[in-house]
Amino acid sequence: MTCTANELLAVMGARALRDGITVFAGVGAPLMATALAQRTHAPTLTMMMEGGILGPSFKPGDLPISTNEMRAAYHAQMLPGISDAFLLAQRGFLDVGFIGGAQIDQYGNVNTSVIGGYDRPKVRLPGSGGANDIISLCREVMILTVHEKRRFSERVEFVTSPGYLSGGDSRRKSGLLFGGVSRIVTTLGVFDFEPESRRMRLTALHPGIAVADVQANTGFEVLVSADLATTEPPTDKELDILRMLDPKRQFIG
Amino acid sequence: MTIAPKEFDFQVARLRLERKAKSASEKLTTLEAAAARVNDGDHVAIGGCLYSRTPLALIWALLRRRPRGLTLSRNLMSYEGEWAVVAGAADKLVTSWMGIGLPWGLSRIQREYVESGRLEFEEWSHLALGLRYRAAAMGVPFLPSLTMLGSSLMDVGGSKTVECPYTGETLHAVPALFPDVALLHVHRADRFGNGQIDGYPHMDADLARAATTVLMTAEEIVSDDEIRRHPDRTVIPGFAVDALVHVPYGSYPHECYGRYDAEPAHFTVYVDGIKERGAAGVTDYLERYVYAPRTHADYLALFDEAARRDAAARARMLTT
Repeated sequence: MTCTANELLAVMGARALRDGITVFAGVGAPLMATALAQRTHAPTLTMMMEGGILGPSFKPGDLPISTNEMRAAYHAQMLPGISDAFLLAQRGFLDVGFIGGAQIDQYGNVNTSVIGGYDRPKVRLPGSGGANDIISLCREVMILTVHEKRRFSERVEFVTSPGYLSGGDSRRKSGLLFGGVSRIVTTLGVFDFEPESRRMRLTALHPGIAVADVQANTGFEVLVSADLATTEPPTDKELDILRMLDPKRQFIG
Repeated sequence: MTIAPKEFDFQVARLRLERKAKSASEKLTTLEAAAARVNDGDHVAIGGCLYSRTPLALIWALLRRRPRGLTLSRNLMSYEGEWAVVAGAADKLVTSWMGIGLPWGLSRIQREYVESGRLEFEEWSHLALGLRYRAAAMGVPFLPSLTMLGSSLMDVGGSKTVECPYTGETLHAVPALFPDVALLHVHRADRFGNGQIDGYPHMDADLARAATTVLMTAEEIVSDDEIRRHPDRTVIPGFAVDALVHVPYGSYPHECYGRYDAEPAHFTVYVDGIKERGAAGVTDYLERYVYAPRTHADYLALFDEAARRDAAARARMLTT
């Protein structure tokens, strides 16, 4: 079966989630990835959403547009409030968090605030929302994003959500004692961060994609892992579940 | 950037609160009288989150008074922020994110006003803004946290770090935010202002404790006995509330958990107006929905009654 960009991201995101963990996820591809994992290999995974929602169930065909609405809270286990939900992450209860990113640099820093100066920006973006909190407080963070050259730039001029800052141990030195970006899943491949430099490193390519394609669509030099792998394409079963959850293709495209 | 001491001065905030009337008496009043308690230049914190339990009836009444120089804060700012800015009521917004949601794209009003230097936009992380309200609710000048450290957001609002006196680690000293006014919409309250919320509580309980003046609308005014039957559900103490107004559909066309669903189709019509005419689209909307209707009932009458009933049916379906 051929699939859309969002389906690919959801499937690759889902496969990276182990059973038994807790996941902080927003709407769109992260929600699809988490819901898919729960319905395949991770039945004991618990999800939390930014609206202060723990253990939502989701009604197929009626998925939430925001994390703060009744569709997100459908058959949830607990509604602790927004600050208290984030504080569960600060305490260390949340294993994996998902965020998106308008602009991402080679250290996994994300900018969703401004292009060109804070006070009089060229482009004012919506802002952090909970992304900064998720990347600061979860044990590890996964970024799901379309792979475009304008998204992956050498430096972000504004760090809305800190990845590894300027690399090395700079994240820890800033006071961020825990967590970090463990994985970036794009429409071209999968990346981790080289342990020393903390620079983004290609670990797997999606079928039919070459390293040169990744480099051509990235605004900085792409490190390539010595044991570069190729991902298995989404299975019919995975895609069927995603399409059952979102029959109107609002989120899977 | 430095924070105005007014925002975190816990002693001044406490003295303001000590002077506030706290009698367990009737708080019921009109939207007009409630909104009249907001002064030009006030910091107004808005309850709910995004398009959930937004105190739209209070915002409607407030904007009709044509206030000036307000600062509005909200954990996730929806288009009520656009209204206040285009109406000339607010010149500063404090939030972690602004927009409606993915299907509606970036806020064109946020872009236009911030990019042209006409709007001060102070960004915090979602939790950091929540902790600002919570610190104020607790009556302390800051709360230590592990969030926002290392990010450029630290410079935007004038955040400081503190060395932990026990472990020596660097912590974010999230400054308290004591708003002048909080606007809240809840499910039910007795006439003394003891308020109960169904579903997700958002940050409303903290806002009610943090602000000097609390203006609240409720879907339903219930008896003293009814509140006393379920005191565990009361999250806002009556003595915190200064004005209470009975407003069914007080968040509509935003949602109210279990009562009515949001109306995304209405958001699309609103955003289409902005796509076609820019800020004039908002001005036209305000003229039709805020300034023209003389009462909140007139405002609600602008929406199809069958649509409202359907929104109520969807809400029941999603919460049972």
